Amino acid sequence: MNAIHKIELEQMRLDMPSFRAGDTVKVFLRIIEGEKERIQVFQGAVLRVRKGTTNATFTVRKVSDGVGVERVFPMHSPFIERVEVVSQGKVRRGRIYYLRRLKGKAARIKTRTDW
Amino acid sequence: MAGTLGILGRKLGMTRIFADDGTMVPVTVIQAGPCPVVQIKTPASDGYEAVQIAFDQIPERKATKPMRGHLAKAGRGEYRVLRELRFDGAGGFELGMDLTVSIFAPGEKVKVTGTSIGKGFQGVMKRWNFAGLKATHGTEKAHRSGGSIGNNTEPGKVMKGKKMAGHMGAKTVTCIGLEIVDVRPEDNILLVKGQIPGPRNAVVMVRKQG
Repeated sequence: MNAIHKIELEQMRLDMPSFRAGDTVKVFLRIIEGEKERIQVFQGAVLRVRKGTTNATFTVRKVSDGVGVERVFPMHSPFIERVEVVSQGKVRRGRIYYLRRLKGKAARIKTRTDW
Repeated sequence: MAGTLGILGRKLGMTRIFADDGTMVPVTVIQAGPCPVVQIKTPASDGYEAVQIAFDQIPERKATKPMRGHLAKAGRGEYRVLRELRFDGAGGFELGMDLTVSIFAPGEKVKVTGTSIGKGFQGVMKRWNFAGLKATHGTEKAHRSGGSIGNNTEPGKVMKGKKMAGHMGAKTVTCIGLEIVDVRPEDNILLVKGQIPGPRNAVVMVRKQG
């Protein structure tokens, strides 16, 4: 397993900030359109963080023009320029799927402060 | 029967890595070689051209006496696995030289031979993808049965090759057209795209596509 671990470690990005479900993050995505490359920002609440080595992912949900949009990002994808933690949320679950059926005021997440 | 140059290795397991364009590629990690050439067969000596390579070094006390005698000619120590590679130009190799993963390059297509995972005695649904019988409508105790295995007095026998339950797996399987994703000579590691036959730690043969 050692050799596999070594290969996976090479593939992993160690520059990712730590965040968890309930946090609001800004994901800066590298988008390649033909020749040009630009950065697109996807900001929303983290629904879940799936642990793993190269196959770790996280799901971000935002509400765009009243329509909920969710995207699953591979944690170690080279397409992610960087991830910024905007605020930390206080939630009691590791996967906050209940957010999907909440709207407006109810869909707010209390902020958490780590002392 | 002209084969190709190849190398013996051990399947370490699978993982996935990012390709240059950012897509995920499933890969099998193979620890391959270095395999010393322990015998060279020539048309003069054996009637055909081939090399015999060894893999998986073992201490001398674990090798049998006949094996020790055979491997002494190459003078490269004792090994567990021997395989013959028959291909044109095999006579150009030297006794005792090493075959390493450097014979492969990323992007190259290879074929991988190994022994598939043994499944034991299996029914027709798993072994031959039969549909089985009905779940309801009066079916009793025969939901995974294969049904009829033939006709009546004519032909009065079960046809040869009839697919029935039996031992499955643990067979020699060759996967062809697999792509080499990466070669790491410093660790003797090959990364092959997709799956290869066998369980983890199984000995597999990686050969160039003919």
